[in-house]
Amino acid sequence: MPGYDFRLPFEQPIFELQEQIETLEANETTSPELRERIRELRKQLTETTKAIYNHLDPWETVQVARHKERPKFTDYLDLVFDEFVELHGDRFFGDDRALRAGFAKLDEYKVLVVGHEKGKTLKERNECYFGCAHPEGYRKAMQKMALAAKYGLPIIAMIDTPGAYPGIGAEERGQAMVIAQSMMEMSRFKTPIICVVIGEGGSGGALGIGVGDRVSILQHAYYSVISPEGCAGILWKSHNYAEQAAQALRITSKHLSEMGVVDDVIEEPLGGAHRDHHQMAGRMKVYLLKTLRELLRKPTDELLAQRYEKFRRIGPYLETQPTG
Amino acid sequence: MATGETKMSKEQAKPAREKRGVPSGLWLSCEDCGAMIFRKECERLMNVCPECGFHMYLGARDRINTVLDAGTFEEWDADLSPTDPLGFTDKKKYSERIVAEQKRTGLRDAALTGSGMVRARRVAFGVTDSAFIMGSMGSVVGEKLTRLVERATSERLPLIIISGSGGGARMHEGIFSLMQMAKVSAALARYDEAQGLFISVLTNPTMGGVAASFASLGDIIFAEPKALIGFAGPRTIKATIRIELPKGFQTSEFLLEHGYIDRIVQRADLKSEIARIIDYCGK
Repeated sequence: MPGYDFRLPFEQPIFELQEQIETLEANETTSPELRERIRELRKQLTETTKAIYNHLDPWETVQVARHKERPKFTDYLDLVFDEFVELHGDRFFGDDRALRAGFAKLDEYKVLVVGHEKGKTLKERNECYFGCAHPEGYRKAMQKMALAAKYGLPIIAMIDTPGAYPGIGAEERGQAMVIAQSMMEMSRFKTPIICVVIGEGGSGGALGIGVGDRVSILQHAYYSVISPEGCAGILWKSHNYAEQAAQALRITSKHLSEMGVVDDVIEEPLGGAHRDHHQMAGRMKVYLLKTLRELLRKPTDELLAQRYEKFRRIGPYLETQPTG
Repeated sequence: MATGETKMSKEQAKPAREKRGVPSGLWLSCEDCGAMIFRKECERLMNVCPECGFHMYLGARDRINTVLDAGTFEEWDADLSPTDPLGFTDKKKYSERIVAEQKRTGLRDAALTGSGMVRARRVAFGVTDSAFIMGSMGSVVGEKLTRLVERATSERLPLIIISGSGGGARMHEGIFSLMQMAKVSAALARYDEAQGLFISVLTNPTMGGVAASFASLGDIIFAEPKALIGFAGPRTIKATIRIELPKGFQTSEFLLEHGYIDRIVQRADLKSEIARIIDYCGK
């Protein structure tokens, strides 16, 4: 069952209640008192889960966003879309496994989906570098998205990466340049684009497929200019301050929504997406369909003008006369 | 994105501090070859080492003087200054850091923008100064550059941006800084569609979110010799892959070899090189 094998420290009270319930349920004999006790514990379990998950601090949020059993891009491909026709390769160097793309059907709509893949088994995780894409990943995404724009298919981008891969090959093949180009192209593709941060929104690696008409985030995902560990390493000179950095960077869906950087927050099932993949996928599907219908009604010119404005207005500053 | 780490390594930290300060003394030592150089001579060469040709730090105001015709720079949006939208505090409050940096550098933030002439050709001109919080891009840098690009678009001017930004996207302004990358890039997309000519000049250092946005989107990309340019900071890469990085990794020469920049240009030639490109592509 999801959420069982990998325990986050702050979830301990939830597991304790679950275990109590399981022990009682394992009883051969059932009595009205026992059933009443189980009912009560279940109620308590719901309350406790709610209490914990309604008040996750930023560092706890990061841990939930990175949860091993959290639904990944492939889970959404399976559960949200009726079909996925993967399109491989960047026609240049290789086929990145951390960033996948393909045609898909979302009810009656034909769309192009791109997304970061973190993998489930250790083998998969290694193959896709734990969701850290190389330049060929962004080149592939860009090329397939251009294809979608050419044929008028809406684009759905699912973001889940700690960041773009930092390595020799990645630098040799122009990591900085492909991310820049991808953002630039996404700002002008003549088709609706919906971006959803499903887990980790790690910096430029996330933004590389993150420019769209709607930028949304799951309730317990995060989106940040830099990983909390990276920020702690630079500003506090030690990774041990990741918790403080997570706090200072304001990376939770609540913060991002208040700051006007994300358009919508998609609520997760009680206790986080990892507890109920199907319910999460259901909510995702409802959100995507609703948003897609909205965007498809807009004329292309208006869509592009609004996309530009959406990013154009981000970033507070003071504008005053020089005081000398 | 934010790679403030480039200032972190011990061997780099010391000269970085020296080069940022107000010049003191008659002599200084080259941060590359270590030679003792007569300061006046070095300044005459636009902070290029007369012994080894290393291109040292040059502030935003000096950049303007070396590239634009004397007295032609007209500053735009000079009255923009940063806020502290997150109430960010690490070892120091960001709001206090801003004030301290402003005092030390005489700049309001890390970018200066405006218009001027390059050998009598009018251009829109921007420069980031690596002395101001590592030249990192927060909301003010993003906004000023976006306005610059928009104005270059509407006035049909060639656009020159000289980057000196080791800090990438500025961590202290969090997600707002990250989004500046998208904002400037989107403005450049429009500039591109209006057939604008963008010459991006990369100087030491240009990293992270600056390298991964406007700096890499030039129609023509120049770099000064031996500049550190890349996406991830060398320390991050080393920590990830746990092998020694090849010699010359992430330098201008490395980028030229791998096909990402058009020309390596000596500082003394920059002005005429820019003018020459404008004559080929500009309108």
